Amino acid sequence: MTASLTPEAGTVPAIEIRGLHKHYGRHEVLKGIDFHVDSGQVVCVIGPSGSGKSTLLRCVNRLEEPSAGEILIEGLDICDRKVDLDEVRSRIGMVFQQFNLFPHLSVLKNLTLAQRNVRGRGKDEAVQIARQNLEKVGLSEKESAYPAHLSGGQQQRVAIARALSMNPDMMLFDEPTSALDPELVGDVLGVMQELAQEGMTMMVVTHEMGFAREVGDKLVFMDGGVVVEEGRPVDVLSNPQHERTQSFLSKVL
Amino acid sequence: MTRRERALLVQVLLYAVLAAAVVVLALVADWAVIKENFWSSDGIGWADGNWGDLITTGMVNTIKYTAIAFAGGLALGLVLALMRLSPVAPYRWMATAYIEFFRGLPALVVMMFMGFGLPIAFQWTPPGGTVGAGLIGLILVAGAYMAETLRAGIQAVPKGQTEAARSLGMRPGATTVKVVLPQAFRIVIPPLTNEFVLLIKDTALLFLLGAAASERELTSVARDFLTSGPSAGTATSLIQAALLYLIITLPLTQLVAWLERRQRKAVR
Ligand SMILES: Nc1ncnc2c1ncn2[C@@H]1O[C@H](COP(=O)(O)OP(=O)(O)OP(=O)(O)O)[C@@H](O)[C@H]1O
Ligand SMILES: [Mg+2]
Repeated sequence: MTASLTPEAGTVPAIEIRGLHKHYGRHEVLKGIDFHVDSGQVVCVIGPSGSGKSTLLRCVNRLEEPSAGEILIEGLDICDRKVDLDEVRSRIGMVFQQFNLFPHLSVLKNLTLAQRNVRGRGKDEAVQIARQNLEKVGLSEKESAYPAHLSGGQQQRVAIARALSMNPDMMLFDEPTSALDPELVGDVLGVMQELAQEGMTMMVVTHEMGFAREVGDKLVFMDGGVVVEEGRPVDVLSNPQHERTQSFLSKVL
Repeated sequence: MTRRERALLVQVLLYAVLAAAVVVLALVADWAVIKENFWSSDGIGWADGNWGDLITTGMVNTIKYTAIAFAGGLALGLVLALMRLSPVAPYRWMATAYIEFFRGLPALVVMMFMGFGLPIAFQWTPPGGTVGAGLIGLILVAGAYMAETLRAGIQAVPKGQTEAARSLGMRPGATTVKVVLPQAFRIVIPPLTNEFVLLIKDTALLFLLGAAASERELTSVARDFLTSGPSAGTATSLIQAALLYLIITLPLTQLVAWLERRQRKAVR
């Protein structure tokens, strides 16, 4: 199948990255990444520590400033000066390893703050949407709790609900379960799997190979700032082509 | 002798010396004279002593001036702190220069400059007279100190907080106001309370600028009672003023200690 020359809605990738480079001083972290996530796809990114996974993910909404290359969100080059970056960011949900909930606000306020501030929704509407999303992550009864009083797994589910309350077109996850006690990982992965089934576009940096295999449409293996190998998760996991992929998988599986 | 026995002996000796000193002092001192000089019965009466003026004029004004200087200093400090953290380099330079300049000067020099220097040079009548000018000087200096406190508080808010807010599409200003500052203020409540206590004491400097009778703060009122009034010629009014200062400052320093203990415990 050849790419259409005049992309129409639905045919443009949700995320497209071309020739992305990123260096800190003289340390080159991303060395020319080409990468895309189609609308509705779940793409998992794996790789050894320091390979640049987080940096790549954080370039997608320009929390990290790329040194060179193009980042297109639904066809829009977000490095263009004319683009309203904050508007683009509001359409890209992001979930962090350390949750980053607002500790001075209740769970409900965590979910309504940006809805009201960015989307300009009224209080009632924001609260209603917040409650829908809390229910979705199974934490309706926690709406008046403060983050410090929740377990790590609950905090991460609130963080997901917070991102969802903006009605994003896509979601970015940076090792969402790495800071969790093992018994709490399942709840969070469950919520993410449900999201995937509803058709959410997702880019997930993870060490959870089970999740990547079960839920992912595509698996990308990164090492040393480049994409070494990508393909269907079953193929990459059971039949890795590259020596570096093989040695990484033999250590983690 | 074991080490423990030696330590015990040293302690016993220390207590013995202390007890001896107290006994000698009690025998040698003329308590009647001391009491009349420091706690004169003419000055400490409720109806006709110094308390009335000390409290209704001095203490009330001290609290009022402290509150004004604190509010002004906080507002100025916040602006300076945000300038210091601004991505715009000239703002950073200006704030840094300001902060270094005013922290390097005695508050009294700045207050006198505002109270006498500027009015003489420019025929300027400061708002609120000399007291108002002195307060402006106090605000200028307090702002420099509070700026550093606030900057430290803002920087103590984890970077992930800003990233979370920005990733939701919030603009830099909204992120600062709704996410960063509320957390920063919580962090700086103890050091700001300390700042408040320091300001209470600094308002005593206003005495050196002079003030109308009804505008005098606590130290000025006490100073006037040294040479006039019922206990003139004794130090009674100073002791009374000291007590009144402590009534305000001690609870505050205790509060700071309590807040700091609680904050240490709350660190997850
Ligand atoms: N702000 C920064 N300044 C300098 N170097 C950085 C910075 N952020 C990341 N790096 C470096 O970039 C490299 C890639 O980091 P990155 O966080 O993207 O790796 P990662 O694949 O996410 O690793 P991990 O699995 O440990 O999270 C690392 O060598 C890291 O030290
Ligand atoms: Mg990482």
